[in-house]
Amino acid sequence: MRALDRKVLRDLRGIWAQCLAIALVLACGVMVMVLSTGTQRSLTETRDTFYERHRFADVFAGATRAPRGLLSEIAAIDGVAQVEARIVFTAMVDLEGMVEPASARVISLPALGGPALNLPLLRAGRLPDPLQPDEVALSEPFAQANGLRPGDRFRAVLNGRLRDLVVTGHLLSPEYIYTLGPAAMMPDDRHYGLIWMREPAAAAATDLDGAFNDLALSLSRGAHQAAVIAAIDRLLAPYGGTGAYGRDRQMSHVFIEGELSQLGAMARVLPPIFLIVSAFLVNMVLGRLIALERRQIGLLKAIGYPIRSIVIHYLKMTIGIGFAGTLIGWGMGWWLGHQMTALYTEYFRFPWLDYTPGAAPMVISGAAAMGAVVLGALRAVLAAVRLAPAVAMAPPAPPVYRRGWADALGHALGLRQTTMMIVRSLTRWPGRAAVTLFGVAGSVAVLIVSFVTFDIIDLVMEDIFDRTNRQHATVILHQPVKERAELDALSLPGVLHAEGVHVAPVRIRHGQASKLVSLTAQDPGADLTRLLDPDGTRIPLPDSGVALPESLADHLGLVPGETVQIELLAPPRQPWDVTVTSVFRQSMGQDILMRRDVFFALMNETPQVNMLHLAIDPAALPALQAQVKQTPAITGFTLWEDVRSSMEETMNESLITMTIIFSVLGMLITIGVVYNAARIQLAERAHELASLRVLGFRRAEVGYVLIAEQMLLTLIAVPVGWLLGYWFAVLMTQGFSTDIISLPMVISQATYAQAALTALATAFVSVLMVRRRLDRIDIVTALKQKE
Amino acid sequence: MLTTARTRTPVLSTEAITKVYRSGPVAVHALAGVSVSLFEAEVVVLLGASGSGKSTLLNILGGLDQPTSGRVLFRDQDLSAMEDAALTEFRRKHVGFVFQFYNLVPSLTARENVALVTEIAGDPMPPEEALDRVGLTARMDHFPSELSGGEQQRVAIARAIAKRPDILLCDEPTGALDSKTGITVLEALISVNRDLGTTTALITHNVEIRRIAHRVIYMADGRITKVEENSAPIAPSEVSW
Repeated sequence: MRALDRKVLRDLRGIWAQCLAIALVLACGVMVMVLSTGTQRSLTETRDTFYERHRFADVFAGATRAPRGLLSEIAAIDGVAQVEARIVFTAMVDLEGMVEPASARVISLPALGGPALNLPLLRAGRLPDPLQPDEVALSEPFAQANGLRPGDRFRAVLNGRLRDLVVTGHLLSPEYIYTLGPAAMMPDDRHYGLIWMREPAAAAATDLDGAFNDLALSLSRGAHQAAVIAAIDRLLAPYGGTGAYGRDRQMSHVFIEGELSQLGAMARVLPPIFLIVSAFLVNMVLGRLIALERRQIGLLKAIGYPIRSIVIHYLKMTIGIGFAGTLIGWGMGWWLGHQMTALYTEYFRFPWLDYTPGAAPMVISGAAAMGAVVLGALRAVLAAVRLAPAVAMAPPAPPVYRRGWADALGHALGLRQTTMMIVRSLTRWPGRAAVTLFGVAGSVAVLIVSFVTFDIIDLVMEDIFDRTNRQHATVILHQPVKERAELDALSLPGVLHAEGVHVAPVRIRHGQASKLVSLTAQDPGADLTRLLDPDGTRIPLPDSGVALPESLADHLGLVPGETVQIELLAPPRQPWDVTVTSVFRQSMGQDILMRRDVFFALMNETPQVNMLHLAIDPAALPALQAQVKQTPAITGFTLWEDVRSSMEETMNESLITMTIIFSVLGMLITIGVVYNAARIQLAERAHELASLRVLGFRRAEVGYVLIAEQMLLTLIAVPVGWLLGYWFAVLMTQGFSTDIISLPMVISQATYAQAALTALATAFVSVLMVRRRLDRIDIVTALKQKE
Repeated sequence: MLTTARTRTPVLSTEAITKVYRSGPVAVHALAGVSVSLFEAEVVVLLGASGSGKSTLLNILGGLDQPTSGRVLFRDQDLSAMEDAALTEFRRKHVGFVFQFYNLVPSLTARENVALVTEIAGDPMPPEEALDRVGLTARMDHFPSELSGGEQQRVAIARAIAKRPDILLCDEPTGALDSKTGITVLEALISVNRDLGTTTALITHNVEIRRIAHRVIYMADGRITKVEENSAPIAPSEVSW
């Protein structure tokens, strides 16, 4: 081994703790890149392969009842490749041993064979026999959650008729990778599932012989999706078409896309922080090492080593750090990627989902890590090798201090001299202070992003469950009924209060922008469901016009007072121009609201309801659930307490894991920055601090000089970190918000305080680790060295 | 020329102290049984070649180091039995140090370097007064890097005396200075001794400097080889080298 290489190894060994601290910060950046881009890639590739192999449709549409004869016209639309007509409806499921009612979406399979599009994947058993009308296949998660195996029987209310059904197999579908029941917020495999039934049986159950009510189609290459959708809407309009839409409105697809964009946001926001901090740290530590080795560099040059060799020598040290950080980051990212992917399989039902990050995230993160540390080192190295050998071999000029604003301030405040030493150190080396400040601020910001999720979720949960949806249960009716349904509901066991609403699909249009949403028409006196303005204050349902959720109003560029066009996607289908009278806050979904009488007056019809919100007596719940199962007019029953607990369970599981990971990441930045800064400070000031000991300063008083400087910087960094964290949180909520979820931006004082305290405590522990070294300094030896 | 009464009351004394430094199998006997006393208000010069044990003795007297055996007494307190914290308190209250390389805090001005000590001392003089005593009133707002070597050393003396110490220990205070500057530094030390009655021990290689002391202690190989009384110390300005 060459002598210089031996020196590299020995130098690294001498500052191993500092190198490790930098490597860990670097590893965080690499880890987040490998984790997020690797998981994103795994999820995308799995989804795309599943979509392709199982022919996931491009466009979807619903109708009330369309004749099969229409299919040839639909197939003839320019750009349509394949058409699949289906019968889809909701059924109540009565499972043995389960008190509460479950519901399912029934989807028809062609009379023979499998469908042309959205091919379900057979996971167990077989598809239903076309000659056996009672045979059905179930979605695998629903079947597994309820212990239903092929051959098992269960009962369901199909279009008002109670039926005994036999399970033939378990399926997974590209259309339902993420399955959400009506009025649900999270997948609930136990209470909501999918039932595939042969078309003749489904048609018989729904009186849709020779007709269909759901359409899926694929497009040929280069097809114009919007034109196809418009054509389908035209063709389905007479048959109660509810508006065709592309994958961008398909529930399962939208949720996966949302997740992918969240991973993308994580990959964009976090790694740069870690890489930049690492670069600065390398610059700081190597700059210090080079300053110490100035004479050696001079000597190397004097004895004839070319500049290139010396630069390479120091870069080798840097590369050692970069290499360690990359390896640790790859390892952590790989491991966490597997964990995160495993977590995804609980919500996204792919037939397979393996963490296969591929080489790209590894190569890119490794290159970025190396690039960051080499860039950080180059400045320090080049400054050193530029010196002439004679100059380099002479001791460096002592630091020059000048009086400035800080002195005036210090004297005005009557600061003690040990504090003045800190103030002068900060003003003398502002660059070094800035690295610590920026690093700790980054750390506080990462911690805020980590903790703020709880604030947002708390607010969302509070909004959804305590402030807006105060009903205990929601009942979905098979068909719209007259308003007296509210009175009928009161006769169900345990129902204390009932409020009916009418939910209808509409297209809302403003200028060029349009969107398919649900319009909820409700009673002005409704108290179970309430409206909040964007600041969270309760507002009444406007007497006229329409109320829009804030996110939709933003999307369409609307403010109250403007007119918007609303087109009902069911008969009479005519568009109305309605004034936007208020804007409200909604975290989940995008529903627009109107008074029921105003809505039905526009339609020129008697008011109706198709959904009921109930306040119930908890003691009577089992009786109510039993009754609901036997009420043909009900096709869905949601108990809000269940929704809430399943949501909380999911949140707790994934959020706590993520919070721990991000908190560790945030803390590692502070450790890396503060530990290194304190080590450098100790190395440079050992003589000065030993002098203080000689003068009779106690260990704690000398330690103060070391600790207080780092803690002061940390303290100054806190508000900067708060600002940075606020900005990151805004980016995060924007990145995580989709059409379905619109996250409010809220940071509680507790989050600011926790982030600050965590950073301060971490900084304190880091500097204490260095403080222990201070105690070991032999003051007599330190004093013998000339300054 | 002494205005403060010297007595034969010992302020600091050692009883047969030894100091052995071990480095692996090698043992270096830096002090081999030294018994010495420093009396109130006297100026003592320690003379000896490099490695004779002067600095080790001074460090032990000042509570910077502990003897391997023997006792060190400050009045009736046994320093050799003290823990680190108690020695720190001893240095804080009773000892002023002046070193060859000044050991000033580079980020503090002359006045602030002195204030560093006065802020933690029990009954200090104002930093301005201490600097005035060493003739640096005009330079007190300068940083060490803006001062000459002699000026820096005088700041170190001002810093050492500002707490009104019982003992002033000076390790080669003129070692890094030319003779003219060295003399101004010695004058500062002598004037402090004269006005405040501070017991002063001064290490030097320079035999000429012995003439300003009341007593001269000669050291070689870790032992005291000779103690000379000087009944008529001369003023530093009369010394030349």
